Amino acid sequence: MKCRVCREPAVIDVRRHNAAFCRAHFLRHCRDQVRRAIDDLEMIEAGDRVLVAVSGGKDSLALWDVLVDLGYTADGLYLGLGIGEYSDESAHAARAFARDRGFELHEVDLSADYGYDIPGAAAVTRRAPCGACGLSKRHLFNAVALERGYDVVATGHNLDDEAAVLLGNVLRWDSGYLGRQHPVLPAAPGFVQKVKPLYRLAERETAAYCVLRGIDYQVEECPMAEGNRHLGYKDVLNSLEDRSPGAKASFLFGFVEKAHDRFVDEADGEREGLQACVVCGSPTTGDVCAFCRLRERVGAPVEIPVGVTHRPPG
Amino acid sequence: MKVVLRNPRREVQVPGPLTVSALLQRLELNPESVLVIQGDTLVTRDARLADADVVEIRPVTSGGAT
Repeated sequence: MKCRVCREPAVIDVRRHNAAFCRAHFLRHCRDQVRRAIDDLEMIEAGDRVLVAVSGGKDSLALWDVLVDLGYTADGLYLGLGIGEYSDESAHAARAFARDRGFELHEVDLSADYGYDIPGAAAVTRRAPCGACGLSKRHLFNAVALERGYDVVATGHNLDDEAAVLLGNVLRWDSGYLGRQHPVLPAAPGFVQKVKPLYRLAERETAAYCVLRGIDYQVEECPMAEGNRHLGYKDVLNSLEDRSPGAKASFLFGFVEKAHDRFVDEADGEREGLQACVVCGSPTTGDVCAFCRLRERVGAPVEIPVGVTHRPPG
Repeated sequence: MKVVLRNPRREVQVPGPLTVSALLQRLELNPESVLVIQGDTLVTRDARLADADVVEIRPVTSGGAT
C-alpha cells in the first residue's frame, strides 16, 4: 500500500477513510483529527490549562503527546488504583513518559491518599470493579483540577470507547445517559469542563500513533476489565466495522451531530439542585457524595459531621 | 515465522511466507482490533511476511471504567 498523500510506502491502513499513510502523514492525520475535534466542539480555549487524565495506556499518552504538540499547556494526573502488577507497570509508563519529555505529572494514590484500592472496593461492594474505578476517577480528576486551578480535564476516550458506550446506552434506551454522552461536558459550579479530544480517532489509530512516536505505553489490559460488557460491545462493533468500514464512525458521529440534542433535556436536571458534600465539599444530590460513601463503605477513614442525616450506603 | 501474541503474552510458529491479512485470518483475529509489527515496523495488511520474520500482533482494544 502507498501513502494517500505522498505515495511513499504506507505503514498503516485506515479503512474507514479508504486510505493508507506513511509515518509522517499518519501522525499529521492524528493531529488533524484532534485539532478538528477541539475546534469544532470548542473543547479548549486559548490560554486554558489542561489536566490530562493519564493511565499509562496508549490513549492517554497519545492524547498528552498530541495536546502538547499542538501547543496546549497540558499537565498529567496519574491515579494509582492499586491493581497489583498492572498498576505498577502503568505507573512506570506514565512516569517514564513524563520524565523523558519534561512534562509535569501529578499523582494521587487511592490507597495512600484515600485508604482503599479498586480490588478492595470491588470486594466490599460486590459490584464490578469498573464501577468503583470510574467513580473514583471522575471524582478525583475533577477535584484535583479544581484544587490546582486547571480549566479543563481531558480524557483519552477514543472513537471505539464512545461508540461502545453509545451502543450500550441505545440498547437500553437510557435517555439520561444519552443526554450526557457528548465529547464535551461543560463546566458548571463545582465541575471543570471535561473533554474527549480523541473521539474522532479509533483505538487502532491511537495505538499506532504511540508505536510510531516511540511512546512506551502499558500494552497489557487491566485484569479487572476482562470479560466486561464494554469489551463485548467493542467486539460487536469491530465485527461490524470489518464488514462495513466506517460503521463505528457513522454511528458515533451521527449521534453527536444529529441525535444528541434530542436527549439533552433528559440530562439537564442532573446538575441542578446540587449541594456541597458535607465530607469533601464536592457537588452532590444528597448530604454525602458517592465517592465519600464508597470510601466509608470500604472502611477508609471518613469523618461525617455530627447532626448530618446520612443515608446508609446501599 | 515466530508470532508474538499478547494478553496473555505467548508465541506461536506460523509457516511463511504469507500476507498480514492471511496471517490474521489464520489466527482468526479481527484486523480492526490489532496492529501488526514486523520487527520494529508497523505493516499494512497487504505486507508479505517471510518465514524467518518475527512478528508481533498487538491488541489495541482496551476496556474498563469510563
